[in-house]
Amino acid sequence: MNIAVCVKHIPDPNLPGELDGQRLKREGVQGTLDPGDEFGVETALQLKQAHEGEVTLVSMGPPQALEGIRRGLSMGADKGVLVSDDSLQGADALITARVLAAAIKRTDFDLVIAGVESTDGYTGTMPSTLAELLGVPQLTFTNAIEATGDALKVHRQTVDGYQVVECSLPALITVTAGVNEPRYASFKGIMAAKKKPVEELSVADLGLSADDVKVAQNIVDISQAEERKAGEVIEDDGSGAAKIADYLKEAKVI
Amino acid sequence: MPADTRLLDEDQRALVGLVREFGSNELAPAVEGYESRGEDPRVLYAQLAELGLAGLPFPEDHGGGGQPYSNYLLLIEELAYHYLSFAIGVSVHTLCTFAVNEYGTEQQKKDVLTKLASGEWFGAYSLSESDSGSDAAALATKAERTEGAYILSGGKVFCTRGEEADVVLVMARTGGEGPKGISAFLVEKKTDGFSGLKKEEKMGWRSSPTWQLSLDEAQIRVDRRLGDEGQGFKIALASLDSGRLGIAACGTGLAQAALDATLEFTTEREQFGVPVAHNEGVQFMLADMSTQIEAGRRLYRHAAALRDAGEDYSLQAAQAKLFCTDAAMKVTTDAVQLHGGYGYITEYPAERFMRDAKGLQIVEGTNQIQRYVIGRRLTS
Repeated sequence: MNIAVCVKHIPDPNLPGELDGQRLKREGVQGTLDPGDEFGVETALQLKQAHEGEVTLVSMGPPQALEGIRRGLSMGADKGVLVSDDSLQGADALITARVLAAAIKRTDFDLVIAGVESTDGYTGTMPSTLAELLGVPQLTFTNAIEATGDALKVHRQTVDGYQVVECSLPALITVTAGVNEPRYASFKGIMAAKKKPVEELSVADLGLSADDVKVAQNIVDISQAEERKAGEVIEDDGSGAAKIADYLKEAKVI
Repeated sequence: MPADTRLLDEDQRALVGLVREFGSNELAPAVEGYESRGEDPRVLYAQLAELGLAGLPFPEDHGGGGQPYSNYLLLIEELAYHYLSFAIGVSVHTLCTFAVNEYGTEQQKKDVLTKLASGEWFGAYSLSESDSGSDAAALATKAERTEGAYILSGGKVFCTRGEEADVVLVMARTGGEGPKGISAFLVEKKTDGFSGLKKEEKMGWRSSPTWQLSLDEAQIRVDRRLGDEGQGFKIALASLDSGRLGIAACGTGLAQAALDATLEFTTEREQFGVPVAHNEGVQFMLADMSTQIEAGRRLYRHAAALRDAGEDYSLQAAQAKLFCTDAAMKVTTDAVQLHGGYGYITEYPAERFMRDAKGLQIVEGTNQIQRYVIGRRLTS
């Protein structure tokens, strides 16, 4: 089973984010492979262990996005594709999907894996768009994956449980953070990753025109997310437990 | 702030990045539990092996990482930063592995080194006896040659992970008195007559088990003697030269952890309406702490660079062990002081740092012995 995993190099989410106009500042900040993508890489590596094949990491970003690909390669992926082009600066989710689709179409893929959403932009729309452009079925929010030759059976997480969904391959899945425990890159893996092939492509290499990558989305305004309100503090005068029980009943938890 | 990585090369940075990730995800949350239970962190040793970090400075064709010794010390410093007792265990394992790599026959390398360097096995080192510590050449454990084997009898003390290790490098007497009568043996776990007699209760390093070992007519095959008969003391000392750098790196990592904890505490803790760290008297102490740490780091890395360049480094190794571990004692003592009452209670790690530092001044040659080594080198 040949698997393409979408990976994104993002500003380290453990550090406070900075703005560059109305966009997240990406240059000159400490970057990392999106932690959400490590679950996708791990899923691919486990499927590869069971079904053989090749794991290709596909990324779009500035040259330093290579670091993110290297991280995935050191975990055990086989090769990488990085689409890097000045014309892609400020690309929106639609353009990203278009570029990744063009890059993935050049590979011989059975399955495409992406995180549910990125840990920087959080639009969550890219994977669905990508599946549409590739013309393959999409199984989103998966947290358990079983592959049987040319088909997939997954658990699709919902608000109150999960659905069991099957589809034929090729397909695209998005994986949640609970799907597995991503492995550490071993030291040998890190050393080996330096020698693994990474193809670097431009927009023209993908056969896309300037119009294909012209940003249509316009950010009108951004504002601070509302701060979470402080919780209610209950003084325990002996009736604390009962008050908590009342609260949980009200929230329909019990 | 942890050690400066600006002048490290790409491989070294990748290594430090990996160890820091392992350290903050796996070691930092576990250290308190293992230390308070006095439990050997077996799982963590296995994880270290999985990461390919159990035999960093040994040849790749024998399962190691093929890295310079300097890079191995970066690993030790980062491990010690999060969990000293664990770093000690890894350093001792390397002491044993070093000896097999340096003095082993091809067969021993195939049988033992590959297991040690890959972390399938972990090793220990046993030189000290109840009446022979600093005067190590006076050891009394006997190894009598019989047909195809040696019969080892006697008792060893202060052996780190002696019972937990898969193989222990044991020094015993095959000949007459003095250093030339000593040979080295690879004693495997579960060898009949070889056992842990008593696990010591210690001031610090509580999750690094320290054993009294008993050798009661333990039969060791001749092909498990490391080096020639009579070469054991030389092997023991060469291992210690190398191991001293590991202990120096442990001191630096531990002291850095103590400084970082102290910086955090003194910038948050307010007295008289200002953070404690705003007082010049406190800042002077912090300045001295950080300078001692950085000086020690340069010293041990210089010794390691000499070693990697194939130069004689035993003088510098002794200087590094002496300086880094004395610095660790001073820095951790000041860390407790700057934490005030909170430094003296177990809720904060400062008191553990101070207890742990003391052991570093004693092991692998007390710091008085280091001065003796240095003095002798200077005047001979």
